[in-house]
Amino acid sequence: MVAIIDYGVGNLFSVQKAFAALGADVVITSDAAVIRRAEHVVLPGVGAFGDCMKNLEASGLIPVLREIIKEGKPLLGICVGLQILFEGSEESPGVSGLGILKGYVKRIHAEGLKVPHMGWNSLVVKEPPPPMNLFAHLAAPSYVYFVHSYHAVPKDASIVTSYTDYGGRITASVAQGNVEATQFHPEKSGDVGLVILRNFIEGETR
Amino acid sequence: MHTKRIIPCLDVKEGRVVKGTNFIGLRDAGDPVELASRYDMERADELVFLDIAASSDKRQTMVRVAQDCASKVFIPFTVGGGIRTPDDMHRMLEAGADKTSLNTAAIKNPDLVREGAQKFGSQCVVLAVDARCVGDGKWEVYINGGRTPTGLDCIEWVKRAVDLGAGEILLTSMDADGTKDGYDIALTRTVSEAVSVPVIASGGAGTLEHFYEVLTEGKADAVLAASVFHYGQFTVGEVKEYLKSRGLEVRF
Repeated sequence: MVAIIDYGVGNLFSVQKAFAALGADVVITSDAAVIRRAEHVVLPGVGAFGDCMKNLEASGLIPVLREIIKEGKPLLGICVGLQILFEGSEESPGVSGLGILKGYVKRIHAEGLKVPHMGWNSLVVKEPPPPMNLFAHLAAPSYVYFVHSYHAVPKDASIVTSYTDYGGRITASVAQGNVEATQFHPEKSGDVGLVILRNFIEGETR
Repeated sequence: MHTKRIIPCLDVKEGRVVKGTNFIGLRDAGDPVELASRYDMERADELVFLDIAASSDKRQTMVRVAQDCASKVFIPFTVGGGIRTPDDMHRMLEAGADKTSLNTAAIKNPDLVREGAQKFGSQCVVLAVDARCVGDGKWEVYINGGRTPTGLDCIEWVKRAVDLGAGEILLTSMDADGTKDGYDIALTRTVSEAVSVPVIASGGAGTLEHFYEVLTEGKADAVLAASVFHYGQFTVGEVKEYLKSRGLEVRF
């Protein structure tokens, strides 16, 4: 079962339907017991960093999130769900992130380009490959859908598994052990996105 | 590389696509979801559904269209037409729409833009503007489907709406719309240079060159078209092949 964590931000319908289209047993839940029972957990996020953290704290689900990460359950963060895994963000000064990944989220500065970075951009999948492989079975170049004004700058650059170019290098995905996350929206990235979600639930490795 | 977006627009009335189509092999050319899947297969980057019935008792039909689309087509889509309150926006977003577009309602109540952006994020709030040239590099905003002039200057209005929180501008030139003589380059460029958010050009597509012009000279970030796609004059793929041959980055 795939559990999509519902903590009152964003619209989870599309994420749910994308997993359902892959034939996965998927639930949207804010129930800690269901999250513990799931084989795969998805941490979504839409809106401002500070609002997401405030809602996640209010949901009381942070301890169970830390617990499942510690025990090695595969977790996929999406969009602001990637960002809140880090220590903080320029978007919401003074608000602590989960700090599961080291580094900060910074405003995109793209000379002469519009912010937010909105639309389809190509992925550059990094070598050497990480152990987990969200990008198996994809032809290059793969285009995915982004909507964001901030992006993660990890302290350890080796956790970046793909990036995209938008007036400079923008972190597109990260992985550290069982924790993976994408800045782009796989659930809105057409067939490429579905392959990425399938790789996540099938535990594709290199 | 960041790509230019090609966006087919589907006019929907009471749950059915109303403009005729020349698509071959569709079981039901009036079914919004079947048409959406077809455009997805052709590599459309996004879709816009415009509810043209837009009386409130019919709104529930559009919610169902959004749900069906989000269950089967995994590319971003916008729903517009008759969205008047944050609750209307919420219903569409909850049904799987990625964005909602506001036109007349935003003019009548600019606070709706601010409230929508605050509640759902700017990326969910598309400001749709219908503009007509009043001479001398000036354009006036019209509402009620282009029937009512507002006296508002288009550039002033889009700047204000972006300040209020609009995340994208869907800009229709009433002068160009339906002519097939090309997008309004001057209008699109002026708006695109005036705001920091992406601009979708609409109205006037007739040839492949028109798409190229508005994306380069017009500085548009995306192009919207309806009839050239619905009536099979071009496929989305053909537009993309052409743009690529002229050196623009597009997604295949």
